[in-house]
Amino acid sequence: MTEFLQQLINGLAFGSILALIALGYTMVYGILRFINFAHGDVFMIGAFAGLYLTPKVATFLPTPSIWAGLVVMAGAMAICAVLGILIERFAYRPLRRSPKLAVLITAIGISLFLEYAGQKFFGAAPRAFPKLIPSAHITQISGLSIDSNQIVVLAVTILLLIVLRFIVLKTKIGMAMRALSFNPEAAALMGVNTDVVISFTFGLGSALAAGGGILFAVLYPAVDPLMGVLPGLKAFCAAVLGGIGNLPGAALGGLIIGIVETFVAGSKYSTWRDAIAFAILILILLVKPSGLLGKKEIEKV
Amino acid sequence: MKFNHARTYLLAALAFCFVVSLLLKNNQSYWLYVSYDIGINIILAVSLNLINGYTGQFSLGHAGFMAVGAYTAAVITNQFTGSSDALGNAVFLGALVAGGLLAAVAGLLVGIPTLRLRGDYLAIVTLGFGEIIRVIIQNMDSIGGPRGYSVMHAWTNFFWAFGTAAVTIYVIVALVHSTYGRGFIAVQDDEIAAAAVGINPTKYKVTAFVVGAFFAGIAGGLYAHAKEFISPDGFGFMKSIEIVVMVILGGMGNTPGVVLAAILLTLLPEGLRNLGDVAHLPGISADHPLSWVKDTRMVIYSLLLVVLMLTRPQGLFAFKKRINA
Repeated sequence: MTEFLQQLINGLAFGSILALIALGYTMVYGILRFINFAHGDVFMIGAFAGLYLTPKVATFLPTPSIWAGLVVMAGAMAICAVLGILIERFAYRPLRRSPKLAVLITAIGISLFLEYAGQKFFGAAPRAFPKLIPSAHITQISGLSIDSNQIVVLAVTILLLIVLRFIVLKTKIGMAMRALSFNPEAAALMGVNTDVVISFTFGLGSALAAGGGILFAVLYPAVDPLMGVLPGLKAFCAAVLGGIGNLPGAALGGLIIGIVETFVAGSKYSTWRDAIAFAILILILLVKPSGLLGKKEIEKV
Repeated sequence: MKFNHARTYLLAALAFCFVVSLLLKNNQSYWLYVSYDIGINIILAVSLNLINGYTGQFSLGHAGFMAVGAYTAAVITNQFTGSSDALGNAVFLGALVAGGLLAAVAGLLVGIPTLRLRGDYLAIVTLGFGEIIRVIIQNMDSIGGPRGYSVMHAWTNFFWAFGTAAVTIYVIVALVHSTYGRGFIAVQDDEIAAAAVGINPTKYKVTAFVVGAFFAGIAGGLYAHAKEFISPDGFGFMKSIEIVVMVILGGMGNTPGVVLAAILLTLLPEGLRNLGDVAHLPGISADHPLSWVKDTRMVIYSLLLVVLMLTRPQGLFAFKKRINA
């Protein structure tokens, strides 16, 4: 039982990071109907932004502290939001009327670019991530070993999800985003500025990925330029599992994949952990392609 | 293109490869090894072109099929300890075909989900399959698992690499230009219209996957016997992307273009690497003035891909929309 709870907590922490990345995929897919392959690499850039911002922030704030953590995170989120908007502006927008395949390949190209540029400028070897927030082990509760970082990760994720939910449901731009994903032409006719909304969506998704990147680096304190590849792909699987285009679905899918993977990693089948997300993805697409919470789309001839 | 003389060309190409191979028998030069990579990449790109180009599907799992073929062929030839050349070549041929067949079975397994999926979803599922194949190999301790697997015989030579490439080109082009093969193009153009005139899109898509995977498996076998060592990491998602880029650059559904792109993209990294080793340039005093090329070449490569998609999405060597279709 202790073992089970322990793995559940580990899985929740990992899953909530996947959920943050998955939200970016699902928002972009909901509006533009394409997989932003570079999203996992934006997550990586977020973690590196944290790596470089921490010493800067340390000059005016004591470093292992909650405030420093928040400032670094906000900085990384802002950097990645700008990066996301730039990627959309220069790589995806010119192709908005092109075949989907061209956009997909461009996305792969951007992804490779971020990875190789990362290897060039940050170095290919993994680098230690500085201690950003104070952490302690809480072991009192019936043999459970909970890292305070895991609680921080969960708390920050929940906070970000609430903020996102507020933006999407209660603000004007959120309403425009929903209108655009419902029907782009009609939304444009109703006076929604599609370009602005799409830029905003990319910025928002990239900021969430950066948040995920910082939390990931806090939890597993090593960063390298290829760290975004697998979490990115797994998060995409999570978005599909929850029903792509569906925000609560992405969060749910992230948690499910995170928990299942952590349980597999803790069992004797640990070497299979990287295949789990893909197996889930293939199964869900074969059985229920619209995902757990998604609506079925009917293709018109 | 006319195909009346195709068989003659094929025989001529095979004879040419055989002669060159005999002449180069004791040659150990670096560029000869690079040329094997060219042959292997041609096979990979041309076979992927059947799936991605002619049939209009999007597979990101070609390296997975290659891995299946590589390991199968290597396991078979490693049983062979004789010294006879003729017998060795026969075993090699058998091993390559066996690797191709097993890869084709894997292609069938991947082809089945394509009945329901298209576009982005298909891309990610084939990517997932490729990764799953890699993880399966990593977990098979009998073939080395994550440590990799040594191949005892370096049997791949000029004849095998380019002869097989010629056969692949012949089979794929003949297939697509046959009465049956027009169906691939019909499925790509409009699935619903194709179905309406009595073409079964499902059957064509699965056929494309099976045939494509077969040749990828053969390429894998050649790769294993050229490098003499294979490991699951060599068949990851990046390798699949590399092959996709060749197809895109050559122009989807344009076999001559794809062959050119495969040659170019194999030579380019080698060339850039050598450029970095140039010690002096006339008029420039610095040592190794081009060494920056070496570490930026992949950055340049990825940027080129993006720029290419923005400016020439139909591919670099596609001069007509589609050749002869």
